[in-house]
Amino acid sequence: MEQTTTQNEVQFSDAAMAEIRRYISHYPADRKKSAILPILHIAQAEFGGWVSPEVQDKVAEILDIQPIEVYEVATFYTMFNLKPVGKHVLEVCRTGPCMLRGADHLIEHLESRLGCHVGENSADGLFTLKTVECLAACGMGPMLQIREKYYENLDPQKMDQLLDDLSKE
Amino acid sequence: MGLKILTEHINVPGINTLETYRKMGGYRSVEKAVKTMTSEEVVEEVKKSGLRGRGGAGFPTGLKWSFLAKPEGKPRYLVCNADESEPGTFKDRVLMEKIPHALIEGMITSSYALGARTSYIYIRGELMFVLRILEKAIAECYAAGLLGENILGSGYSLDLHVHPGGGAYICGEETALLESLEGKRGNPRNKPPFPAVWGLYGCPTVVNNVESIASVPWIINNTGDEYAKIGVGRSTGTKLISASGHINNPGVYEIELGLPVEEFLFSDEYCGGIWKGRKFKAIVAGGSSVPILPGELFLKTAEGTPRLMTYESLSEGGFVSGTMLGSGGFIVMDDTTCIVRNTWNFSRFYHHESCGQCSPCREGTGWMEKILHRLEHGHGNMHDIDLLVNVSKQIEGNTICPLGDAAAWPVASAVRHFRDEFEWHVKHPEKATAPGAVYSGAEDLAFA
Amino acid sequence: MAKITFDGIEVEVEDGTTILNAARKIGGKVVPPAMCYYTPLKGSGGKCRVCLVKVTQGSAKDPRPMPKLVASCVTPVQDGMVVENTLSPQVLEARKGVVEMLLINHPLDCPVCDQAGECDLQNLSYEHGTSGTRYEEERRTFDRQDIGPLIQLHMNRCILCYRCVYTADQITDKRVHGVLGRGDAAEIGTYIENVIDNDFSGNVIDVCPVGALTDKTFRFKNRVWFTKPVDAHRDCPKCSGKVVLWNRGSDVLRVTARKNEYGEVVEFICNECRFEKKEMSDWIIDGPRHIARASVISANHYELPVVNPQIIADLPESTTKELHLIPRPI
Repeated sequence: MEQTTTQNEVQFSDAAMAEIRRYISHYPADRKKSAILPILHIAQAEFGGWVSPEVQDKVAEILDIQPIEVYEVATFYTMFNLKPVGKHVLEVCRTGPCMLRGADHLIEHLESRLGCHVGENSADGLFTLKTVECLAACGMGPMLQIREKYYENLDPQKMDQLLDDLSKE
Repeated sequence: MGLKILTEHINVPGINTLETYRKMGGYRSVEKAVKTMTSEEVVEEVKKSGLRGRGGAGFPTGLKWSFLAKPEGKPRYLVCNADESEPGTFKDRVLMEKIPHALIEGMITSSYALGARTSYIYIRGELMFVLRILEKAIAECYAAGLLGENILGSGYSLDLHVHPGGGAYICGEETALLESLEGKRGNPRNKPPFPAVWGLYGCPTVVNNVESIASVPWIINNTGDEYAKIGVGRSTGTKLISASGHINNPGVYEIELGLPVEEFLFSDEYCGGIWKGRKFKAIVAGGSSVPILPGELFLKTAEGTPRLMTYESLSEGGFVSGTMLGSGGFIVMDDTTCIVRNTWNFSRFYHHESCGQCSPCREGTGWMEKILHRLEHGHGNMHDIDLLVNVSKQIEGNTICPLGDAAAWPVASAVRHFRDEFEWHVKHPEKATAPGAVYSGAEDLAFA
Repeated sequence: MAKITFDGIEVEVEDGTTILNAARKIGGKVVPPAMCYYTPLKGSGGKCRVCLVKVTQGSAKDPRPMPKLVASCVTPVQDGMVVENTLSPQVLEARKGVVEMLLINHPLDCPVCDQAGECDLQNLSYEHGTSGTRYEEERRTFDRQDIGPLIQLHMNRCILCYRCVYTADQITDKRVHGVLGRGDAAEIGTYIENVIDNDFSGNVIDVCPVGALTDKTFRFKNRVWFTKPVDAHRDCPKCSGKVVLWNRGSDVLRVTARKNEYGEVVEFICNECRFEKKEMSDWIIDGPRHIARASVISANHYELPVVNPQIIADLPESTTKELHLIPRPI
């Protein structure tokens, strides 16, 4: 279940809280902070694909740490979106092996099809186009990631099909 | 067909389930180790096997284990480095995705050897779907008494958890990984102290690559001596090679170390040769961090000896004419590849992934990327080429962790072997930056 | 105890001492510079890389040299270790390279920077840098961030030594600023606009080696070399009350903690002493502050009278040393 954030009121669902507690139990009792990355992932999935400052403050509260400790971590790791994103975040690999197999063309194609540049949201707000570094799929490039799923061995035709399918969702 | 130790059953339907995995002989090493061997005996077998760390550095695994401090009253940890992020390398991901129990079996047997009661698999956050596969497999093991209290009635207990990263190549460096596992920014630590003394939560810790750990069960089942018979010299056993780029059959292949590189690259059993009938120009043979080699220097050493897939053979000639096996990430480039563009791409990667903690890497990786961007886009001058090499030297060896070296080597080696192509970009920018332009040799440089 | 040879000089130190502190025990020209290491701050060091040295012999037991240059501030000595600093061309070359890296994105705004004259980076580049630059690219800049009425943050000048973060962690009760972002986009900040304010927050100014964190109450008031530093103290319920006043005439323009010869704060002071006690009547004067002769600050202020060399020769050595008197031709 997705939830939205409102100012000063961030509430995880019961299922998410259970998952958070499960992760915290993996580390020594005095090392709760270890769970910060798993919890940020859960938070991002829970609150519309990004982690707002309010969400990060909530994570700090759960872990009994200062909010700055969460900000420091959330801004270090590239998977956490710090600004609102579209419904589907397209993370296209741009690194060497994928580039050799045509990632540049795929990115150009996406930019023209979505009418936005890398780092921006499409006009309809449905898609966010991001480029990312190597996703450990070098033999299956070019490829991209949407949420937890990899789409591999892509070309512009397959890409169009995928975007059509996602638009209908 | 060579011997397959890790991937023999990769195509067996249902091999991702505990039931099928056990039917194919899985978890025998756990049974053997916890019931019939002391932890020292397990370490001894791994030492005898000659197994070398498969994450890239090639340090002997058994030796690393023997350095683990064992102070009274402090827990010890085994942490699996599944933060596979080196461009060109995707073997661990395929192994974990297809045969999760291969890693988990290795984790249990290895944890027993090290006396760890809690172990972690640190997997890169992008591979969340693999994390779910591993967690499911771990749950099966708890239910079957292979994890948790009193494993198989042996008295040995172990908890195993999977921990997702958040998107940072640097967390593949073992001390950055430990910082990250502690919930901090992935800044590598100054060493000494090494993790064997001061690791996770300040406790003695061993950090091993997925493939290294997954190789342990076979060693325990068949003895270290048997494992040492596979391969050539100090390169023992089998190795997973990730093959990508301009080849006919990209994918992950398990090879016996010692296979001729020519056979690996051109036989249909493996890479199947260069795609589209093109010529072989260059290769990065060990993941993006190792020096790039022109095709001819890769197939044969400067002395004309055909190279083999071993740590020693690939590094023959040092950095002048050799490279490294590294993590076994083969990135193959055909004769339409622009080396300058490729080097810029790699350089951008290291710039993007530098943690920013120490000054030579934080500032130098960005500087190199900017110079390469200029050269690639036809705005460079001759002086830039030497400046580039000079900046790479100012980074190399002067940083907290090996990311600085990893950023410097691809740049220095590209200029070393393909200097004329860089010069072509300076002398004839209009040609070099034209769409689809390919440098085809000295003639281009002279008359183009 | 461990005996090591540093730049050909033998010195004996406690086990576990770092190479840098062993060199500081020798003192003088052989001591490597340090931009991020800070003795009072636990965990500091290892980041800036200007203190790199060459270990030509690891220890008496294992005489092999270390394969790479090591950061002397975080590498402990071993008995029988042999280390080269100023004697090693490799070290000097590497240091020159590191200094260049620290400078490529550093703004050339010394003329308007309050830190000028007491800036570690200025001194470092004077000693180890080159006069020209090879960096043709645009310099990195950051958005301005307001962190309150007392402390001025100039992120563009920051060299990411992390000292201020350790300070906030270790001597204040609640840290609100830290290092955000990654790589060369990493910056000091509070993320959401926040005021760094607690009784000891002002100490981040003193530990900053450059002009990234400066005293807002002193901002553009004067150049440090026109001010006259005097040691003073007061009875303070929160801190030692031992400070340095930076005066112009009888005006107290700035108050800082006292630092040792390596620029390290001896005793951290509270914000009340630093920001609120700006009257001479608030303080008991202990005497003039001794500033290193090489510093631009003493160049302006303690100009020596022209003294007959014979008079100096007749004074007891303790006095000439105390007053930094040197004979000058009449």
